[in-house]
Amino acid sequence: MGLLGYDFMQRALIAAALIGLIAPLIGVFLVQRRLALLGDGMGHVALTGVGLAFLTGIAPVPTALVVAALGALVLELVRAKSRTAGDLALALVFYGGIAGGVMLTSLASGKASTALNQYLFGSLSTVATEDIAWLIGAGALVVIVLVIFGREMFAMTLDPDVAHVQGIRTTRLGILLTVLAAVTVVIGMRTVGLLLVSAIMIVPVAAAQQFTGSFRTTAMVAVGLGLVCSLAGLTTSFSLDVPPGPTIVLIALAVFLVSAIAAYPVRRRRQRHPHPAEEHHHG
Amino acid sequence: MSTALACRDVCIDIEASCILSNVNLAVESGEFVAVLGANGSGKTTLMRAILGLLPITSGQIDVFGTPIGRFREWGRLAYVPQRLHSAGAVPVSVHEVVGAGLISPQQRLPRRGDRQRIVDALAQVGLADRRRDRFDALSGGQQRRVMIAAAIAKDADLYVLDEPTAGVDAESQERISETFGSLREQGRTILLVTHELGPFAALASRIVVLGSPRGETSTVLYDGPPPVPDHLRERVWHHSEDVVMRAPEPGVLEPGAG
Repeated sequence: MGLLGYDFMQRALIAAALIGLIAPLIGVFLVQRRLALLGDGMGHVALTGVGLAFLTGIAPVPTALVVAALGALVLELVRAKSRTAGDLALALVFYGGIAGGVMLTSLASGKASTALNQYLFGSLSTVATEDIAWLIGAGALVVIVLVIFGREMFAMTLDPDVAHVQGIRTTRLGILLTVLAAVTVVIGMRTVGLLLVSAIMIVPVAAAQQFTGSFRTTAMVAVGLGLVCSLAGLTTSFSLDVPPGPTIVLIALAVFLVSAIAAYPVRRRRQRHPHPAEEHHHG
Repeated sequence: MSTALACRDVCIDIEASCILSNVNLAVESGEFVAVLGANGSGKTTLMRAILGLLPITSGQIDVFGTPIGRFREWGRLAYVPQRLHSAGAVPVSVHEVVGAGLISPQQRLPRRGDRQRIVDALAQVGLADRRRDRFDALSGGQQRRVMIAAAIAKDADLYVLDEPTAGVDAESQERISETFGSLREQGRTILLVTHELGPFAALASRIVVLGSPRGETSTVLYDGPPPVPDHLRERVWHHSEDVVMRAPEPGVLEPGAG
């Protein structure tokens, strides 16, 4: 209980719960679209936003939001032009984002390296009171957009060509998904940190899909796992006095490992009898 | 009878090389047309252009009287691919794959009756009992039938299918041709793109053979009733050995084996 006695811990728990809930919701679409590493790129771009905030004195969360969303937009426009250019664009965004972030932060002040570390790997004490409103606002935005466009996005990630023939604007939805990933990265930047935030989007999905049978249950189980991992990671990091980002991610990876091992017999059975219905078919 | 699809003098270039030229093709409502051709004959290219997935260089493609670039009545057009783009990434259920056919910008939220539509569509392909299963746990042929069910759930007027029977076991082939037989009886229009007519030989009202006369750019070589004229047989069957059906599991198809 001692934990909730600290104001900063209350704010950190709210922030961790938000990212734990929202990151896997976006992650499940990214995995389906085979863009599991996209969140990483967005994290790097957001770092440039953080550097810019240091330099200009503007609040870091909204600055990172705007910069990451713009980066997402540019990336998707290049990807829409060509597949190979898109792959390269992702790489360039990785490098440019992190170099820009470190450069701008270094230019800003002497305290840069500690501050930078907090943004890279998360920190318990940096969630400011005014951040909470931004984080909840951004989280609500992601959920509302998913309620409206989630089903179309599912059809688009399942097969973009078939989705096109259903009148779904696949390019625009792809852009929207990347922008949502960018917003999610910023929601996680305070607690999980920009280098590791992508893990909380992807690892709970990887753990869930070991034993789920549908997209919907995968998403729901992943959200549950994401929430549990980020709250457990945050409290563990408090008692061990280590950064929360790595703690949350290591707990998530442990959950993945356990679920992969537990699901092994199920998978083996499935491989041995891949088509159960056909067994009933004779005579 | 109205025209479901009309291609007029269609030429398609991909990255500066001409894939198809002067393709003329009209499909009337209620027709069952099979587009045949060897690998590289441009039949997949033509299909993608008809679906609005690929720009045409010149000519015009009208779907239900509207140029495909301005076509918006997507509910009337259904497409069944060979396989799903994302197969195997995140688990999806058979129910979800069929349900995806009902999603559109006009129908963002689930509607009452969606579930019944999905159940009915799956029953038409003989897979009602697999609704709750993982899509990737089904055999190739069953997966194809589920994708066909997704198109049926959409209740479209024109169905475009890409190689619906390539790599499909005999039982599923039979089931697929039965399904399309009944769609044809309901007056739906079907455009099939394939290497081999196979089980559709008896259903197709017309066949269109694409190929390149004397090494020139591919175009329509034959448009008329089946069968394929003798002098074109070589062109259609030329490369078909690389789509040889996967051998069925031993015992599954032998009568009385169970």
